Amino acid sequence: MDEGSVPVAEDPGRRRRVHGMLKLYYGLNEEGKAPEQPESLDPCDINGPHFDPELYLNKLRRECSLTELMDQETCMVRQIRSLDSDMQTLVYENYNKFISATDTIRKMKNDFKKMEDEMDCLSANMAAITEFSARISGTLQDQHAQITKLSGVHTLLRKLQFLFELPARLNKCLELQAYAQAVNTHRRARCVLQQYSHLPSFKGIQDDCHAIMDKLAQELRQKFRDGGSSAKDLSECVELLLQLDEPAEELCDKFLSHARSRLESDLQGLEAEIRPSLPSPASNTDILEFIDRGCNEFVSSLCLVITSYQELFINHAQKGELLHVFVDDLAARYFMLVERRIQEEKGVGDNSLLVRALDRFHRRLQAVAKLLPGSAVPNKGTEIVIRAATERVKQYLSALQSFYMDSLTDVRQALATPRLSVAGTSVAGPASGRDAPTSLPELLSSLSASILNQIKSVLASVHLFTAKDITFSNKPYFKGEFCSQGVRESLVVSFIKFVCQSSRQFCETAGDKGGSTPPALLLLLSRLCLDYETSTISYILTLTDEQFLVQHHSPVTPVTTLCAEAREAAQKLLNHYVKVQGLIISQMLRKSVETRDWVNTIEPRNVRAVMKRVVEDTTSIDVQVGLLYEEGVRKAHSSDSSKRTFSVYSSSRQQARYAASYTPSAPMDTNLLSNIHKLFSERIDIFSSVEFNKVSVMTGIIKISLKTFLECVRLRTFGRYGLQQIQVDCHYLQMYLWRFVSDENLVHFLLDEIVGSAAHRCLDPAPMEQSVIEVICERG
Amino acid sequence: MEDDAPVIYGLEFQARALTAQTAETDAVRFLVGTQSLKFDNQIHIIDFDDENNIINKNVLLHQAGEIWHIGASPADKAVLTTCYNKSESHCFLLSVAPFAASLCSSFFSSDSRVVSCAAVWRMPSDWETGSHESPDESAHNPQTLELLCHLDDSTHGNAACVLWEPMGDGKRVISLADNHALLWDLQESSTQATVSSTATLEGKGQLKFTSGKWSPHHNCSQLATANDTAIRGWDLRTMSQIYCIENAHGQLVRDLDFNPNRQYYLASCGDDCKVKFWDVRSVQEPVKTLEEHSHWVWSVRYNHSHDQLVLTASSDSRLILSNMVSISSEPFGHLVDDEELSEGEELHQEDKGKEPLKDSVVSTYEEHEDSVYAAEWSSADPWLFASLSYDGRLVINRVPRALKYRILL
Repeated sequence: MDEGSVPVAEDPGRRRRVHGMLKLYYGLNEEGKAPEQPESLDPCDINGPHFDPELYLNKLRRECSLTELMDQETCMVRQIRSLDSDMQTLVYENYNKFISATDTIRKMKNDFKKMEDEMDCLSANMAAITEFSARISGTLQDQHAQITKLSGVHTLLRKLQFLFELPARLNKCLELQAYAQAVNTHRRARCVLQQYSHLPSFKGIQDDCHAIMDKLAQELRQKFRDGGSSAKDLSECVELLLQLDEPAEELCDKFLSHARSRLESDLQGLEAEIRPSLPSPASNTDILEFIDRGCNEFVSSLCLVITSYQELFINHAQKGELLHVFVDDLAARYFMLVERRIQEEKGVGDNSLLVRALDRFHRRLQAVAKLLPGSAVPNKGTEIVIRAATERVKQYLSALQSFYMDSLTDVRQALATPRLSVAGTSVAGPASGRDAPTSLPELLSSLSASILNQIKSVLASVHLFTAKDITFSNKPYFKGEFCSQGVRESLVVSFIKFVCQSSRQFCETAGDKGGSTPPALLLLLSRLCLDYETSTISYILTLTDEQFLVQHHSPVTPVTTLCAEAREAAQKLLNHYVKVQGLIISQMLRKSVETRDWVNTIEPRNVRAVMKRVVEDTTSIDVQVGLLYEEGVRKAHSSDSSKRTFSVYSSSRQQARYAASYTPSAPMDTNLLSNIHKLFSERIDIFSSVEFNKVSVMTGIIKISLKTFLECVRLRTFGRYGLQQIQVDCHYLQMYLWRFVSDENLVHFLLDEIVGSAAHRCLDPAPMEQSVIEVICERG
Repeated sequence: MEDDAPVIYGLEFQARALTAQTAETDAVRFLVGTQSLKFDNQIHIIDFDDENNIINKNVLLHQAGEIWHIGASPADKAVLTTCYNKSESHCFLLSVAPFAASLCSSFFSSDSRVVSCAAVWRMPSDWETGSHESPDESAHNPQTLELLCHLDDSTHGNAACVLWEPMGDGKRVISLADNHALLWDLQESSTQATVSSTATLEGKGQLKFTSGKWSPHHNCSQLATANDTAIRGWDLRTMSQIYCIENAHGQLVRDLDFNPNRQYYLASCGDDCKVKFWDVRSVQEPVKTLEEHSHWVWSVRYNHSHDQLVLTASSDSRLILSNMVSISSEPFGHLVDDEELSEGEELHQEDKGKEPLKDSVVSTYEEHEDSVYAAEWSSADPWLFASLSYDGRLVINRVPRALKYRILL
């Protein structure tokens, strides 16, 4: 019973297994199809390979109820039955197939026998065909040899005809001037003619050909000699002549000499363009056109010559040097012309034209460099560009310098116009100087602004040399030296130095002649130099360094040196200004003292006009200086600065100092004595250096003036009223001058000295009452 | 090598006139003339004892007036000239009228007047005896100068200075008066003076000689004068102008001096604070310019033996000694005689020879407190000089020893 139930349960799997075995038997591979499900390892799987009937049975018994077991059993029985019937059908099927296979094999045996017979027949036929064919070719052999021979004769005859026709053809070519064809044709025939020259007829032809070719060569040479033809024709000629076995060296020389004559005519054309510039510079072609022409005519011809030469004489290696010499020679002349033309380019208006011309010039030379690798030409061209650039920088420098001098002249003129003359303004009018339409500060700012603008525009122009799209800008010279040495040093630094130097010259040349430079200009320049020192120089240099990315390979002038120079110039100018203004006032005072008869003079009723003039001038100078320089520090004023009395004591002091033995008991003013000691401890330098402020400048001027006054007074002899007049004058100066100086004691001291000296030089020293002096001065 | 301190001597009066006693070559002696309008003027004879650093003074009275210029005869120690101002009231003038009217050029026609005169004086023969007395006594009982003759000519105006013929026999002097240069011959022991020739400066305006110098070269036949900003050279034989340096200085030329060894070289100074050195053969540009002073330069003097040493005095109260090697007669230093030197010195000398010789300021002397109007080298000791400031202070100084030895060795 158990056995019976098994086939029912495993029916589908078994069938498949049976199929698989059959397939194996017939060599069909089942591997293409992967097993659809992994085979179970469960021993209870009735279809699995590890099926254990004992375990399965035990399992069923343990798990299933009686009814389930019953169902299972019926199911299994049914499956076993169906399996049995399947097996039966398979057996029958196989049996039928076997029978039909046996039939087929038997039939095939019969067919093969028939085919063998037919094959035998075929081989017999083939043997017969071979025999026939051999027989036919044997008969045709003779005729074939004959045909081959005939065709050979034909070719030979055609060649001979070519040879016989050769002279005529060559002649025709000669007539048509188809030299190339003629040479080609002749070349083809030449060997043959050479080979058979022992035969008289061929010899004749050869001679004819030679004669013709000689004529042709003659003609070619003629044409070559004429030189009128273009470079292309020329090179063609040379090529043909070369093929005609003309001597290469001679040709080479001739070729070069022709090329030279043509290039020279180009050069002459260029030269002719330079020349007419002298009478009429306006109609002259500009440099760009000139360079363009040079490039298009000369340089391109030169390139053509080089290429054709190299193509023609490529085998003659030793000729390379000849070419180099040739090119160098002509290029040198070309460069000479270009340099001459560049030198004529003096106007600094538009730099871009020159730069573009130089760029084109340089660019075209690169072609030569490519064609002729070892040539010195491009280097020389670069040198020319460098020289032109340096020259240009120099021109810009001189243009800047002349611009500067021109602007100074303008300033001079502006100063000379009467509306600006601050001299003559009234004492009461410190504001009157500012009314001037073009005042000093405006002049100063416009001057420095225009200079700065000019520098900037020059820098911009020069900057074109280093623009990126210019071929020569990446040469090491233009990257380094041109920026640092060229632009920074020889342009900017030189200009600043020039400004300082020319300013200094104002002090030196004007020193002796006096007054050739207006004092206001000195003051203005001094301020300009000072401004340069404080800001402008560093600004300009920073600007330059930024624009040109100066890399300091070589030592450059540092900003501090220039600043020191500018400061020195400013100092010198200001000192000179003080000196000049001081001298102007001194001159007035000196004349006033020297020309008067001080012994016989009337009692003073007024302050002398010259003193008023001195105060006026001092005031206007004060205004002038105040326009450009700051106030500066001064010592505190005593409350009654203008009201100080001095003359009463001073005469006695003088005598006490000078002649103690003769004036035994002069009462000494202790305050004054200490004052004197203080002043002597710091000696008064009359023409000393001043500081950059108004008070210091004014102090300097007043010191010079009063010292002159003192020395002049000491050279004269005074009467009673002469002394009194000096007293009045000094008091008047005292009233007005103290306000200008840094230390009013200085004015007091010098005026004391003057009055003291006058008293000493007085025949009848009777000083005027202080109150009277004050009244006179206030009335004036 | 400490340099000796300067020796200072104070006069009671203001003073401008200073000269060395030219004929005296043994003792260091200077003459100073005072300026006083109220008291009798004096001539101080200053003897300097170099060894003891002591000053001896003698005073002679110069009653004629305040002294503006003084000059000592090159031949006779006792003879000197002065230029002086006379300021007289009307009544005083009357008392001396017969005397003064013939001598002095009258300047003003009103009640007081100031006149400039020049005269030749002789010191009393026994003035030196006074030096043995106490200074007080000599001050109180000064002897008076003996007048030899007047160098005045009423037609020629105010005398500015009187120049002795350098190295001459004391027979010829030149006086500069306004725009005239007068050459005087002194006769009969200088008691008589006659004008032998004159030169007159012609031109626009009131021209006036400010100073002059008699050249010691060319047989003493040349004179240089200064007026305003110009320097002129004169040939004394023809009394005609031989050169003119227009605008030699920016302002007034104050003083001149000839290089004692180089005949064409001339130094000048003036109100532009500069000292200029000229070659009179080419007067377009000065050979050299010094600008060390800060005020007018009143006096310039070459050292008599070593012409690289130049002394300048200025109203900035300073005295400056400069070493102008490059334009001196010994531009390459003193030629050394090898035999005189031991080996060590030779080496030393070579080192010095290699040093570049530079023009330089040797020293600035600041002992004065007022304007210095005059400076003079001693005629006896080439390393000594005196300077005089307006307040009457006379300072005697020496050339620094280091420099002295460098020049000598």
